[in-house]
Amino acid sequence: MRGRDWVALLALLASFVVAGYAAQRLLAGHVPGIVGWFLGSGVGHDFLLFPVYAGLDAALVLLLRRRPGLATVRGVPWLNHLRVPVALSGLLLMVWSPLILRVPVAAYAAASGLSPQPYLPRWLAVTGVLFAASAVLLAIRALRRTWRSGRLTA
Amino acid sequence: MARGQPPPPNVTVMTIRGLARRIAAHPPPGPFRRGFWRSPLRGPWFTAVLSAALLPGITVLFLTGLASYTAYDPNLAPVNDATPDKGLLGSWLPLWPAGPSWLYWLNQGIHVTLGLVLIPVVLAKLWSVLPKLFEWPPVRSPVQFAERVSLLLLVAGAVFELVTGVMNIQYYYAWPFGFYQAHYYGAWVFMSAFVVHVGLKLRRMVLSLRGRSLLRELRTPLADVVPEQVPDPDHLAASDPAPATISRRGALGLVGAGSLVLLALSVGQTVAGWARPTALLAPRGQSVGNGPGQFQVNKTAAAVGVTRVDETWRLELRGPAPVALSRAELLRMAQHTARLPIACVEGWSTGLQTWSGVRLADLAAVAGAPDASTVFVESIQRGGPFRSVTLAANQLHAADTLLALRVNGVDLPLDHGYPARLIGPALPGVHNTKWVGRMTFLVAA
Repeated sequence: MRGRDWVALLALLASFVVAGYAAQRLLAGHVPGIVGWFLGSGVGHDFLLFPVYAGLDAALVLLLRRRPGLATVRGVPWLNHLRVPVALSGLLLMVWSPLILRVPVAAYAAASGLSPQPYLPRWLAVTGVLFAASAVLLAIRALRRTWRSGRLTA
Repeated sequence: MARGQPPPPNVTVMTIRGLARRIAAHPPPGPFRRGFWRSPLRGPWFTAVLSAALLPGITVLFLTGLASYTAYDPNLAPVNDATPDKGLLGSWLPLWPAGPSWLYWLNQGIHVTLGLVLIPVVLAKLWSVLPKLFEWPPVRSPVQFAERVSLLLLVAGAVFELVTGVMNIQYYYAWPFGFYQAHYYGAWVFMSAFVVHVGLKLRRMVLSLRGRSLLRELRTPLADVVPEQVPDPDHLAASDPAPATISRRGALGLVGAGSLVLLALSVGQTVAGWARPTALLAPRGQSVGNGPGQFQVNKTAAAVGVTRVDETWRLELRGPAPVALSRAELLRMAQHTARLPIACVEGWSTGLQTWSGVRLADLAAVAGAPDASTVFVESIQRGGPFRSVTLAANQLHAADTLLALRVNGVDLPLDHGYPARLIGPALPGVHNTKWVGRMTFLVAA
């Protein structure tokens, strides 16, 4: 090993000492619970979220590549006009899913005195606005393209 | 063995080396092969841009988190301390200042809102480095193995902190452990890996950022996107890139838009007032009403079993001259008014409210302890955490620390702590004890 590697190894070992000190206290709460949630957090994106979003996206991209006629609206590709609202709406759903899907209804209502009802309709409304805005943008781009090509051929 | 003779070849070592070399040359099919990862956007520059956002972001997240932990004054009294076994992870923290009044409001607003804003950046970063998880061979050297273990703590720690934080602010306690302990000690596990990760990668991040112009990238449309061609020792870029379906600026823009949407739909619960209705998806984006006593409640009276407080209620003051006072007697004492917010650890705030009541310092004098060093305040609520608190001398003697009897010109509503509640500058929300029944003033020996 080179000198830099030794420094890196020492730094890593020092960090493990701190992590071990904290982990000992973390685990005192509930060993299987902490281990499960911590390791689940470690693989949650890579083995759950990623296969789902990357799989769906790859299937869509493949379909559009096989059927190029489907991929455009008046010459403007719409793929990213779908991807962006889906991603943003999905992100909001993921972050606020407990309230949107009304999981901790009793705890939320009892603590805050507020109704857990509005979150699902609000998320649907935000999703609708995102899709509508994306569609309007796509329409504008398609119209501009038509207008430009019309001017060129005229 | 005689000097000068070459050592005999170690057959076992040679066989293991040969085997290792053969394994390294034959990765299993699928994600372990470089050709599996085909996005033309992945590369050291793309990862470095996300890292450059996360480095300051996570630093602020940690510091505001530590400040919030400090705000509970865990070292002052056991009743304030959810983590008595913290040892070196916090026994050295100082007392929290009793002002400016917006200190905890600002701190916690930043902590929670920034945490939400960083979620898309963390996800994008995890996407950008995913091929590293499947690098082949999995173990090459002791340092590389140690770094991989550290990266597991880094990734798991980051997501664990985000998940527990996001669930906690939505009252979704699906775990079998306590939030305070898990979020605090989890942060230390994460930070131990974060600091060493920054130390090992900072130079590479800076070099990668220099390798490509951000401005030029922001001017590059989809048609002109080419895979990164920079030194790539981590093999982040695809060896066999597919044609781009989104530009690099488009992908970064999507991450930024994700952060922006989360920010726009939640920051209103912190700003409060006119901004609250903009927090469409945040737990405290709903208005409670417009009346003088109608603003956000952390825990309703019903939730903690306080149903009705009648005329028999007395405030018991303990100290050298113990005394019990009725609400009428308290109202006859000198009344002081203070404009103070309640700011919750969950990131939301009531905004400024006008409280009036008796100064804690005056109550200390009544109890015969004008120079009390701490006060232990107990609620009449029977169950639930944070039913009592110990305040330090700085808070106890602050001019705006009150036993509030009225708010915005009306008697306290039951949900806000009728007949009397604590309110003080820069206190974390739950330290503003409601339905106060007893105060014990202690004078340091």
